[in-house]
Amino acid sequence: MTAAGWLQIALLLVVLTGITPLLGGYIHRVFAGERVLLTRALGPAERRFSALLAGSASVEQDWKGYAGGVLMFSAISWLALFLVLRTQSIQPLNPQGFRSAPWDLSFNTASSFVSNTGWQFYRGETTLSNLSQMTGIAVQGFLSAAVGLAVGIAIARGFANRSSKALGNFWVDLIRALLYVLLPLSIVGSLFLVSQGAIQTLAGNLHFSTLTGASQTLALGPVASQKAVMLLGSDGGGFYAVNSAMPFEDPTGLANFLEMLMMLAIPAALTATYGRIVGNRRQGWVLYAVMVVMFLGAAAVVYPAESHPSPAMRAAGVHGLNMEGKDQRLQVSDSTLEAVAGTTTGNGSTNAALDSFTGLGGSVPMANIMTGEVIFGAVGSGLYGMLLMVLLAVFVAGLMVGRTPEYLGKRIEAREIKLVTIGAIAVPLIVLFMTAWAISTRYGMRSIFNAGPQGFSETLYAYTSQANNNGSAFAGYVGFSQPHAPGNTGASGVTFADLAGGSAMLVGRFLPMLAALAVAGSLSGKRTIAAGEGTMRTDTAVFVVLLLATIAIVALLTFVPSLMLGPLVQALTPRLF
Amino acid sequence: MLRQLRSSLLAVIVLTVLLGLVYPLAITGLAQVLWPHQANGSRVEQHGRLVGSLIIGQDFRGDARYFQGRPSASADDPAVTGASNLGPNSARLSLQIRARLSAFLRRETPYEPGLTAAAVPADAVTTSGSGVDPDISMADASIQAHRVAAVRGLPLAAVMRLVAEHTDGLTGGLFGPVSVNVLAVNLALDEAATP
Repeated sequence: MTAAGWLQIALLLVVLTGITPLLGGYIHRVFAGERVLLTRALGPAERRFSALLAGSASVEQDWKGYAGGVLMFSAISWLALFLVLRTQSIQPLNPQGFRSAPWDLSFNTASSFVSNTGWQFYRGETTLSNLSQMTGIAVQGFLSAAVGLAVGIAIARGFANRSSKALGNFWVDLIRALLYVLLPLSIVGSLFLVSQGAIQTLAGNLHFSTLTGASQTLALGPVASQKAVMLLGSDGGGFYAVNSAMPFEDPTGLANFLEMLMMLAIPAALTATYGRIVGNRRQGWVLYAVMVVMFLGAAAVVYPAESHPSPAMRAAGVHGLNMEGKDQRLQVSDSTLEAVAGTTTGNGSTNAALDSFTGLGGSVPMANIMTGEVIFGAVGSGLYGMLLMVLLAVFVAGLMVGRTPEYLGKRIEAREIKLVTIGAIAVPLIVLFMTAWAISTRYGMRSIFNAGPQGFSETLYAYTSQANNNGSAFAGYVGFSQPHAPGNTGASGVTFADLAGGSAMLVGRFLPMLAALAVAGSLSGKRTIAAGEGTMRTDTAVFVVLLLATIAIVALLTFVPSLMLGPLVQALTPRLF
Repeated sequence: MLRQLRSSLLAVIVLTVLLGLVYPLAITGLAQVLWPHQANGSRVEQHGRLVGSLIIGQDFRGDARYFQGRPSASADDPAVTGASNLGPNSARLSLQIRARLSAFLRRETPYEPGLTAAAVPADAVTTSGSGVDPDISMADASIQAHRVAAVRGLPLAAVMRLVAEHTDGLTGGLFGPVSVNVLAVNLALDEAATP
């Protein structure tokens, strides 16, 4: 641990807190249809395209209409990506001559990117052509993020609506999210990454002899343009298998800092957008405060944990930092902070091998995801996930004092709490059920790489990450075997892992999303009651503490036993397996 | 329903063209004009011959004239990146580290007799996250400098000066530690040797 390392954590949060109200205000103006800087350039195209999709831009949808648009659009997106992957071999821009991906791997990958997860069982540089990366993977980086953003905004509108049932129009919101938020930020972000050393070319592999005469091959491609949107849109998929550890994706410490900021920017800003939509900015700051506290807590555990040698290093007589699986330019400070940024947001982009983190260190990214991705979370889904937790906190407080719970002046009744419960427990159930299934069957165990408790941790991490749409991994866990052969011949998917994971991602994405939309539909248009003497305020420090406690109890306690079986048991023993 | 289906199909097609072709091609064009060196992989040449990328590690094993990069779990192959993914309590990992430690000591102690296992930095005996880590730590470089200086017949101070010139110290350690770029130092050493 160094002073510079701690300073970087502080600097990241200071900068993030600075841009949150600015970007949040901007996003609010965009979705309210107000004029912004880009309106002059993009306005006509936006209106024409929206009208084409929505019929007439003024058609407002209730929650069911909105959800219908989301589901239909996602289904078509899934089919498109699946087809791109399955027909890769007969398409152009495939300089390495890769074969098409197997059906089970394609199922997993299409589900991964349409659900904004970015989970990768494949190795990008030896599996996917440049065309698949550009028109398949990267396009879904945009589209799935735009869906999340649109739904997040729609749900916030539902919470705010006093008399109307209308949540907005999905098509209008989708186009606004893409043209005014994701595309401009991606353009700026990708050019910055190139300036730091990220590559951006359509060339394929480059062969040459090194200084000592050995032969080396560089796999090149359109990396920066894809990386930028993967970071901004919470998808987090990497062009290369090792994601941001690869210097072509994350070349310098400065680039790494900006990449973390890109991951956090939109999910954090949406708290400010939310405050503006419901007409009380403090409501947004309360959510932001809860997120920052949990983020800091995670960083304060994992950074020191990785600054010590692992039991394997100690046994070999080596001391110092746990550098296994970490690159020198990023070392422990940048690797752990990125791991926190990548798992508190639903991003999943990491620059180190989490599988080689110490027991305690590795439990932190896992626990971050197990909160249900509400510490910042993914674009849009982090916001509505947190709002479900808010309703739960309000409900618990209401039970304690014996009053009908209220939020934003609206009564929270049985229907809302039922929906909140579905949204809050569905994903933990999937995680535990899938982990139990995979760990207790021979076909499930095929994916495990490490021996001992680490093998259980890999399985638990895989289903935690996929069901919560994060995408980071204890990457020893395999779903695709690829022998070292040219043109990926002889590669095959591990069918159970691909199908179970793919299903977990789809259900984990769309079930909570529908529950949250239904809650918003139910709250939308509810009569508000004036705050009285017994009303619990939800824009105070007391509520921050209550919300933190609710998340800790509801989300984290569910997983403590399973965390004990995997990473924590390894943190407690010097034994090797 | 039918209307949503029509809109979905239309949206996916138009947006795939815009975001999957126009956007990356435009960025490629801009990048190739603004930062062609970086956009094409920070390539570096020696005597007019392409010898590598400055930000991708290479295998220098077996050549005592050069600084050695970090161990790699993927044979320093940037076309098949990969980490070891071995867990913190892995017996296999422990054996690997032990073997690397004795190899490191075997290689360096003839040139720096006082070197002990305790002085070997962790980054010198652990594999990187990318498998193509271009950097080593200052501590590692300071040990290896004795060997490189002896084999090349250069004063130690001259080698250390070259090392210092090829560190990434721009941000003063705020965004990551000060690290030594192995390929850059080795190229500089070859340059210094050519009269």
